[in-house]
Amino acid sequence: MLTFIHTQKKRENNNELHFPEGKTLQTVDVGRHSCESKMNFSEVFKQSNQLCKVSPDGKYLATCVQYRLVVRDVSTLQILQLYTCLDQISHMEWSSDSLFILCAMYKRGLVQVWSLEQPDWHCKIDEGSIGLVSSRWSPDGRHILNTTEFHLRVTVWSLCTKAVSYIKYPKACQKGIDFSRDGCYMALAERRDCKDYVSVFVCDDWHLLRHFETETQDLAGLEWSPNGCVLAVWDSCLEYKVLLYSLDGRLLSTYSAYEWSLGVKSVTWSPSSQFLAIGSYDEKVRILNHITWKKITQFDHPAAINNTKAVVYKEVEKRPAVGSDDLSLHNITIGTTLFNTQSKYEICPLPVQIPVVKPDPDRANPKIGVSTLAFSSDSRYLATKNDNMASVVWVWDMQKMSLEAVLEQTSAIRCFQWDPRRPRLALCTATTKLYLWSPAGCVSVQVPTEGGFQVQSLSWHCSGDSLILLGKEQLCLCYMDTDQDEK
Amino acid sequence: MPESSLVKDIHSSSTECRASPLRQFSQSSLPLHRNSYTLSTFCTEHNVQECLSHINQEMSSLGLPPIWTESASNSELNVVAVLNCMYDLIQLHRRGVRTLENMEVEQLKSSSNVDYLQLTSTRLKEQLELSKRENTGLLERERQLQLKVKSLQNCLKNEKEEVQKLQNIIASRASQYNHEMKRKEREFNKLKERLNQLLVDKKEKKQAIDVLNSIGRADGKRSLWKTEKTEAKHEGEMYKTLLSDYDTRQRELVLENAELRKVLQQMKKDMVSILSSRKQTLKGDKHEDGCIQADSEDEEEVFDSSTGSVDLYCVYAREKLTNSIRLQWRRLKSHVERLDSQASLAQIGESKNSDAVPRETHEEEMHRLKLEIQQCKDFIQTQQQLLQQQLSSPCDEETASLLSDCFMLQEKERLREEWKTLEEQRKIFERERRNFTEAAIRLSHERKAFEEDRAMWLKHQFLNLSPFADSKKSQLSKSKSAFLISAETEASAGSAPEKLIKCPSDTTSPTHRCVPPTSPYTADLCRTLCLIPENSSTKPKTKTEHAEESSVFCNGNVPVQHKRWNNSKDHSSHTLTREKNSSI
Repeated sequence: MLTFIHTQKKRENNNELHFPEGKTLQTVDVGRHSCESKMNFSEVFKQSNQLCKVSPDGKYLATCVQYRLVVRDVSTLQILQLYTCLDQISHMEWSSDSLFILCAMYKRGLVQVWSLEQPDWHCKIDEGSIGLVSSRWSPDGRHILNTTEFHLRVTVWSLCTKAVSYIKYPKACQKGIDFSRDGCYMALAERRDCKDYVSVFVCDDWHLLRHFETETQDLAGLEWSPNGCVLAVWDSCLEYKVLLYSLDGRLLSTYSAYEWSLGVKSVTWSPSSQFLAIGSYDEKVRILNHITWKKITQFDHPAAINNTKAVVYKEVEKRPAVGSDDLSLHNITIGTTLFNTQSKYEICPLPVQIPVVKPDPDRANPKIGVSTLAFSSDSRYLATKNDNMASVVWVWDMQKMSLEAVLEQTSAIRCFQWDPRRPRLALCTATTKLYLWSPAGCVSVQVPTEGGFQVQSLSWHCSGDSLILLGKEQLCLCYMDTDQDEK
Repeated sequence: MPESSLVKDIHSSSTECRASPLRQFSQSSLPLHRNSYTLSTFCTEHNVQECLSHINQEMSSLGLPPIWTESASNSELNVVAVLNCMYDLIQLHRRGVRTLENMEVEQLKSSSNVDYLQLTSTRLKEQLELSKRENTGLLERERQLQLKVKSLQNCLKNEKEEVQKLQNIIASRASQYNHEMKRKEREFNKLKERLNQLLVDKKEKKQAIDVLNSIGRADGKRSLWKTEKTEAKHEGEMYKTLLSDYDTRQRELVLENAELRKVLQQMKKDMVSILSSRKQTLKGDKHEDGCIQADSEDEEEVFDSSTGSVDLYCVYAREKLTNSIRLQWRRLKSHVERLDSQASLAQIGESKNSDAVPRETHEEEMHRLKLEIQQCKDFIQTQQQLLQQQLSSPCDEETASLLSDCFMLQEKERLREEWKTLEEQRKIFERERRNFTEAAIRLSHERKAFEEDRAMWLKHQFLNLSPFADSKKSQLSKSKSAFLISAETEASAGSAPEKLIKCPSDTTSPTHRCVPPTSPYTADLCRTLCLIPENSSTKPKTKTEHAEESSVFCNGNVPVQHKRWNNSKDHSSHTLTREKNSSI
């Protein structure tokens, strides 16, 4: 296994890209990584509210800066379009066909839609005094679903016919609306007469296909299986209950691991629809299978790791030695990186004690339990995060049903996401570094930007070739050298 | 000899001894006390008589023979008796002293014993006290613990009650909360409705969509009117997707099943091949389970035929398959078990063989070892011999001396033993001789008495024949002191007739027999009368008596004692015999 970090800031002249603004790429040599790859980092751009999304077809990058929407070409980072909205944008979303961009201004109760093909075309939806809390595209990219304040109703606006339709009684919960992956159906959680219901709509014409009552006390969320045939419904954290409904509304199975104490915290389907992973407040992940809907296995998150074949990577910081000549004014003005610490991974010999923060029992929503679950694209690995071990990411092997790796960072994990093409996990901890895990090893990469770019969030490009890194007010693209990667 | 007698006495009269010295002391305390200041004045020439009588009394009270008889004479003491008495007294005294010493030793012992016992008792008492204290402490602790347990039990009970109460409270609160929630939610919904109504009715700021121009659908089709047809279509599509999902799932399962079947078939083939090979090799087994074999053959045929039609998914075929597999599996199992047993048997056989082979080798080994042992023994013996030889040559004299010493000692021991036995025998003989002598003395006494009687009778006859009878001479002889009896007799030897006259009065007196020195008298008498036929036994005695008489004649009263000490042995024997006589 490789544990290293070797960041180098250098200009790559042969690979220099020509931008209208004269921006150049900064390359980081990742040295002896599994495939001797290089990572290139783009110049830093402004953004606000961390609104920055790549179009579903992967060609464009939309960024919001205050009330402006900037669309760039992903490959060249040239600005293709620039739209100006009426107010500061609070939400932005690409339509599924990558032709339209939705910009929502919740405070004003306004939604503006822009067309990429017809820059002159415009559309403005005013929800009026009823308010707006959430706005989203329908899967067909021709309808917009707006949720009004107090969850009074969901308004469905059609861009084709200007028609408006209402769906009453939407439930305000963790995840009340979910579209099936093929875009055919929408499941909506409803609350009527103090009972939970699920409505299944055909997205094509918003025809109510099924409407059924669920056996939940207080429904907290629902999610379609990737194949769109099973709907997982879970109860609020007060009760551990997961219900599985067929598309036609039949109850397939009910699962409850325990009673009385706080229950489900997160639910995720594997991309193959084969597993349903349930993270709960008891710091465990339970995996259900798709045939019998019974528990296959459960993953504990113990504070002491021993007796496993898992590799424990621990991030170790080391400050660069500052020589007397480095203290010259020149150096200080040039690189704030001087004050940045370098870090590398070390493999800890077992047993390993993981730092645990005891949650305050008197406060609601205690910081304990598995809150984040993510399957790799090939359903081979599962990454989890236990909230009372905030600086640790666990990677589980779903074939061996065992712990594969543990990444112990120096600070709390902000975000992690799997490469949509490869079993590769990217994570960030609100520091100037980007971390990558793959079965071959683990690297930590310093983002070579000036001004202390702290990676708050990240998202993969759909090709898996690049990463969008989001800071507080900035963003930066990170290109993986895929040619060498694939060799 | 005197020691042994003393010990015997102590043992025999231990109770008496304990009492008697005390008594002696208490009795003698008075005179002794008196003696302390009247020692010189106890016996004066004036009060000899009183003293004598007093002592006599004392003696008699002590159970000793009287030293002095009033009837015999007034002033003369019987020296022998006195001496004997004194000796006895000394003996008594010594015995008393010895017993006293013994008692003292015993007392010392017992006192030390008592001390020890007291010490142990105090110690034990202390221990007892300690253990008692401990016990009380433990009891106290136990009591406290019990109290604690009780309090804890109470606590537990209270806690349980509390828990029950709290559970009830929680349940009631939960139901109340749910009720409230529902009420609030209803109110909330009402408010929502109202708000919705109000907002919808509001004119100035209505919901609006402002689109430059409508865009076409993503699929390029025109939107359709909602009809029953579309509804049916949606239903159909939904079922289609479900169906396709189930289809894909089934296909997966079929694939999986096919793979599993393949595995099964492979297994089956392997099994059959194994079993058939077994059949060929072990024909003997065929007889045992012939019927099963036939069945299985049928099954095999069925199976073989069904292998081609596995994909039929026919229930019958599946059953057949599973059944045949089960059967085959059973047979394989039994086969394996048989193999196991065979293997175990073979192992046992092997072990037996391995046992049988080593048995011979064992015997050989044993034989070899025995031989070796024999050799070793021989070797040791020779070594011993050599050692002895080596040792004996330089140390011959020493060993000889040692051996001789040993023999000497043994001899000595033996001789001592013999000597002891001889001594004992001698003692016995002596005792017997004494008895004999006593018997002889008694006999001589009797004879003498008889002779006297006869002489008396003869004299009487003779006197009766003579015309005169003199009573004055007998009176004169009587007035003489007892000490000078023999002298008188000697003196009056010449005048025998007078003596003879006096004698009858003596014989009549009861004390006459007890007077020991009668033998010379009788001897004299016999001599004078020439009636004693043999003088050999009495002659030495008479000689000593003569010596005594002569000394008495020469020195008077005082030197007699010296003479007596010289013949103490004889006298002691005399006293002993006398005692014996008295006891008899």
